[in-house]
Amino acid sequence: MNTVKPGYVRPLDLRNGRVDLGFGAGGRAMAQLISELFARAFANAYLARGDDGAVLPAPAAGERLVMATDAHVVSPLFFPGGDIGSLSVHGTVNDLAVMGARPLYLAASFILEEGYPLAELARIVDSMAAAARAAGVVVVTGDTKVVEQGKGDGVFITTTGVGALPAGRDPGGARARPGDVVLLSGRIGDHGMAIMAQRESLAFDSEIVSDSAALNGLVEALYAAVPAEAIRVLRDPTRGGLATTLNEIATQSGVGMELDEAAIPVSPQVHAACELLGLDSLYVANEGKLVALCAPEHAEAALAALRAHPLGAEAARIGATTADPQHFVQIRTGFGGRRMVDWLAGEQLPRIC
Amino acid sequence: MKYVDEFRDGALAAGLARAIAREAGSGRDYAFMEFCGGHTHAISRYGVADLLPPNVRMIHGPGCPVCVLPIGRVDMAIRLALARPEVILCTYGDCLRVPASDGLSLLKAKARGADVRMVYSAADALALAVREPAREVVFFAIGFETTTPPTALVLRQAAAQGVANFSVICNHVLTPSAISTILESPEVRRLGTVPLDGFIGPAHVSTIIGSQPYEFFAEEYRKPVVIAGFEPLDVMQAIRMLVRQVNEGRAEVENEFARAVVPDGNLKAKTLVAETFELRRSFEWRGLGLVPYSALRIRAAFAPWDAEAKFGLDYRPVPDHRACECGAILRGVRKPTDCKLFGTVCTPETPMGSCMVSSEGACAAHYNYGRFRDMPVRVVDNSAPPNPDQETA
Repeated sequence: MNTVKPGYVRPLDLRNGRVDLGFGAGGRAMAQLISELFARAFANAYLARGDDGAVLPAPAAGERLVMATDAHVVSPLFFPGGDIGSLSVHGTVNDLAVMGARPLYLAASFILEEGYPLAELARIVDSMAAAARAAGVVVVTGDTKVVEQGKGDGVFITTTGVGALPAGRDPGGARARPGDVVLLSGRIGDHGMAIMAQRESLAFDSEIVSDSAALNGLVEALYAAVPAEAIRVLRDPTRGGLATTLNEIATQSGVGMELDEAAIPVSPQVHAACELLGLDSLYVANEGKLVALCAPEHAEAALAALRAHPLGAEAARIGATTADPQHFVQIRTGFGGRRMVDWLAGEQLPRIC
Repeated sequence: MKYVDEFRDGALAAGLARAIAREAGSGRDYAFMEFCGGHTHAISRYGVADLLPPNVRMIHGPGCPVCVLPIGRVDMAIRLALARPEVILCTYGDCLRVPASDGLSLLKAKARGADVRMVYSAADALALAVREPAREVVFFAIGFETTTPPTALVLRQAAAQGVANFSVICNHVLTPSAISTILESPEVRRLGTVPLDGFIGPAHVSTIIGSQPYEFFAEEYRKPVVIAGFEPLDVMQAIRMLVRQVNEGRAEVENEFARAVVPDGNLKAKTLVAETFELRRSFEWRGLGLVPYSALRIRAAFAPWDAEAKFGLDYRPVPDHRACECGAILRGVRKPTDCKLFGTVCTPETPMGSCMVSSEGACAAHYNYGRFRDMPVRVVDNSAPPNPDQETA
């Protein structure tokens, strides 16, 4: 129990204060940071206990647990459509959602750089809390470390999540079969290009906004519309973009793919920015898009369910899987020819998430 | 997107494809070289080959600045950046991954502590030098005639403003010299083993140098040249114009890219370049070897901003892998798939030769976009019950 009189503890200076090494030292400064910043923002009974971990209820009968983790080092920390806080929630929530799970709990670990303004840290933590509430997940435990100035880049956040997988659901990258339909929930490349435009100070007539969003609602809408076994693979095409995700699935499942370039939605701004920078939007990162491979007889119902959800209004059928021993992803170009959509060679844009 | 999508229209492409098939229906074979990597990329990226009749073959030329950059030049930049901690080495993004000696690249040198930074323009590098007066900013300049004027401009600005901590490693090369080398190669010139019926001339390079420099090739070597833009419809239209010239026995310079290219080119840019640079007697091209009078160096008047003079850099040539066929591929003598290294030890992740280095290179373009054509692929049609015998190539 804290026996110091409240009057003897100066509250954190959230306006002008900065992160110092004391915040990671395990002493009173750290306790204060946790209680005044993290526990206040994430406000829940698990954190309020102040213990080293969270005690969680067992899943319902027949359900299994899914666990996923995601580290975030995005630069800049704030970008149009989000920040590292909301991104760190969406990243792990989406990893759980595309496993078919209902995301429930998050653990968050922060690596802070000495000298980082507390006001900005508070903005990030508040944004993270808002994103968690919107996605219906609870941040139940966490950790904070501080590194010397120059040894970090403001804030790095790692989140680990636990979700419940209802009986009957088991989507996996290896489950696609030839003839499955490839569905995509909307426009590609928004997140990567929003970061890129910010980083390179590219000005466009209308700002490119990251699509960072939690996909668990969209995934639930999909499972409500079609039988669980019809949904073979779910993925969120993040780093490496749609092309990389589809190649991963093709390799895991041992199938090929035939895509229709004209059917893949891209916003005019992203299209223009890609032209300018010499990038291919198929390889640009997304943080709020869903790729679903679905049995052909249920594809129409699945597409309708995606389109009925606010995050899937522009969902499209972009191609189908084929029996191809080489596991090539091919595309019919809008121009009328064909080409491969290969794995990305090297790095297109570093530190995108 | 306006002024871009119009040049990628599928319906217009289908119409042009029919016209080419009709006009090339004479029974003979046509082999054209697209000089520029930009054209190679457009052909591969949009699947232009699928729209051409089988008797029209495209040969991918050496016009990819990253591809023809010899290993020794990259080694030189890496040695400088590693040896002198005060140096910030700036270059275009494509250059960072070019494999150099000892398993290094500029990107890997960065991981070993060299301060290597990507810039979008020569002007960004000069601005960095002004911002960081305590550091030595060195711009590693590469490219054909298109990127030469901006380098000339920053050299003059640095001189005018007295920016003493800025310098340039000049690797600028010249398009016409490379075309001459290909036309003079024994396979094309004397033995006639490589049929080469004409060239698609460069797009952006020609906006600077104009269409006139190609007249020599049309007259002296009897090879038609059609200058074309980098959009896939430009390429298709240029191929049609080349087929017509061959059919009619003409060898002329024609300009499909009239929306940007005039006969004399950009006089202001040409003057700027001539005042800032002079010809190198000889320069090594990766894949082509030593090519006489094919590159530029910084004039003596700008010696304080010439990194080669300023830091006393010495050039040590490094040979390509012995089995690498890049030279023959760049001259059209071999195809990427003829090379033993292609797709085995030489891939875009681990390029051994120049053609695999950049996505504009002939080997990388074929690997990334076209290698599915090398093997039959079974395609299952959703609308019909699966038929195991159905095959498409």
